Amino acid sequence: MIHRMAIATLSLVGLLVATYLWLWKLGFLGVIVCGSGACETVQLSAYAEILGQPVAFYGVVGYLVLLVVSLVGLQPRWVDRIGPSLALLVLSGGGLAFTLYLTYLEAFVIRAWCRWCLVSAAIILAIFVVATIGYRASTRNTSATHAER
Amino acid sequence: MARSVMKMFYLALGAVALIGGAAIWMARGGSGGSEGVTSVSSAALASVGEYEGYVEGSDSAPVEVVEFADFQCPACARFTILSGSDIRTGLVERGLARWRFHDFPLPNHQHAIPAHHAAACADEQGQFWAMHDQLFFNQGRWARDSRPTRRFREYAQAIGLDVDRFEACMESDRYRARIEAGKNEAVALGINSTPSFLIGDIVVAGALPYDSIKTLVEKAAARAAR
Repeated sequence: MIHRMAIATLSLVGLLVATYLWLWKLGFLGVIVCGSGACETVQLSAYAEILGQPVAFYGVVGYLVLLVVSLVGLQPRWVDRIGPSLALLVLSGGGLAFTLYLTYLEAFVIRAWCRWCLVSAAIILAIFVVATIGYRASTRNTSATHAER
Repeated sequence: MARSVMKMFYLALGAVALIGGAAIWMARGGSGGSEGVTSVSSAALASVGEYEGYVEGSDSAPVEVVEFADFQCPACARFTILSGSDIRTGLVERGLARWRFHDFPLPNHQHAIPAHHAAACADEQGQFWAMHDQLFFNQGRWARDSRPTRRFREYAQAIGLDVDRFEACMESDRYRARIEAGKNEAVALGINSTPSFLIGDIVVAGALPYDSIKTLVEKAAARAAR
């Protein structure tokens, strides 16, 4: 299942980006490597926390869940089942919706672009695209299997 | 799927995790121990004395810690909020270390210089550390305010300053050159991130937990006693 492999790899990269931003927010890193300095503007904004937790924390959790689901989906017991593909599609769809909201805030409310946030947005978009292709492929496989019976 | 393909995949995934993890570890600036600690030449150390900064603690303390910080830096605020109280009671008040705050406003923080200026104006009335705490504990509010000086006025009032005198000081902008000089001195010393600490003859970067600061102070005291 090449799709799940691709999602696992992308999720791992996203997890590393989100972890970097989260640790910076927690104060474990000195100056954020951003280039323009707008990362700090975004991270300091009123929208940088939700329910008392840094936004990056939700990124860490989200990417971790995607990584685990994609890895589970690669195990022999699950590799031919459609469940992991559906779960990845739903999870990445939710992640993409959340990211679109955050990107809207950056563009029209905070008016600053955090490059790491844009990298994360590109990753979740790529995951969603791959998850959609993977789900459609799984659906076709399942239909073909039923037809053979 | 072929077992060899899966093996290659897991190896590649492990390599990505390892490289990414190492990159984050290196970015942390040695906040847990001796990593990220660099020695400073005696010539460079001699130049630090030219900028006095703000001092808290006894002149007879065996170790001096110079904190290079930016009032608008989130990591600096987190450091003060999480470790400031322990440092005061555990090191400064016990006479184990003298703490020196060194202005280092970063260029990408648009309100940093006014904030450092507010602290300098509070110092005129003997309340630098009270303003220092106000600025760090309320950083989330003033840092995103389009007119942060009105917030600084509130903090001046809260800590009991003569507000008219404080405002006159802010309008005069008389400490800007000194703050800039302090920043330039830090850059000359090789400091490139905030918060950074000069403890004895070593520089360590990152929002260190209290225990790490305490350990480094004890090591510096031991070196000084030799």
